[in-house]
Amino acid sequence: MATQRPDLASLSAGDVVATRSIELDRAALVRYAGASGDFNPIHWNEEFATEVGLPGVIAHGMCTMGSVIAVVEDWAGDPGAIVRYGTRFTKPVPVPSRGAAVVEVTATVGAVDAEAGTVRVDLAVVHDGAKVLGRAQAVVRLA
Amino acid sequence: MASTLPDAGFAGREYPVTAPYSVGREKIREFATAVGSQHPAHHDLVAARGLGYPDLVAPPTFAVVVAQRAESQYVADPAAGIDFSRVVHADEQFTHHRPIVAGDELVTILHVDAVTQRSSISMVTTRCEIHAASPEGAPGEHVATVTSSLVVRGEDA
Repeated sequence: MATQRPDLASLSAGDVVATRSIELDRAALVRYAGASGDFNPIHWNEEFATEVGLPGVIAHGMCTMGSVIAVVEDWAGDPGAIVRYGTRFTKPVPVPSRGAAVVEVTATVGAVDAEAGTVRVDLAVVHDGAKVLGRAQAVVRLA
Repeated sequence: MASTLPDAGFAGREYPVTAPYSVGREKIREFATAVGSQHPAHHDLVAARGLGYPDLVAPPTFAVVVAQRAESQYVADPAAGIDFSRVVHADEQFTHHRPIVAGDELVTILHVDAVTQRSSISMVTTRCEIHAASPEGAPGEHVATVTSSLVVRGEDA
């Protein structure tokens, strides 16, 4: 694939580099459970989830974290260029039994480190008007 | 009912190196599909090699699959006192010293960095140091560091 890599010198803090809308339905959670090996029933069993005090089945924090980074991979043109990625899980994402939970992602340049050849991309991840990830940041090597 | 407080005595503990995890191409494709990562380097060998990698590249959070297996030595140990029905994932950090690729044989050393208590809420922080296995199974090249924090609610929280 002829990838177009972003040019470090043309980036500055505050630039919005990508946005994406992601839909998470129950099938996505089951698929993530199988792929990751995380079979905690709060992510697929409504009865269990409500018994432990949740509003219902919620997405794995790691499913949300894993799903929103694709926007940065595609922008960077090379998934291996992401050298750091971290987040706090600030709010659960409830996933209905029918339909899907919609998560809106906005990727913004947080800082450029010309010497290291890296850029920090800050991810704003919002569901139902509230941030679900806190300090979600990826460091991408571009040079 | 048994106490739900994590045992602070586990802080600072380092576990023996794990058995190797073999990173498979189909596992990378399956995980990438599950998180909606459509970049060809996860799916197409020619694309991955075109970017200079020896094989398919794992998505940035794939290391959690390897880390969770190592973490279970601690969190699933009844003596650790972690009641999983009261656990909420608080924080996750990945540092890739180099990308994980299909064909890697990875071994992990698990560290319990902190066990802290504030009223009825506990927080445990683990760190997985993931290395390429050397022929004897000993840790070789440093591949990734995965840090994870869990919040455990006490009985009355």
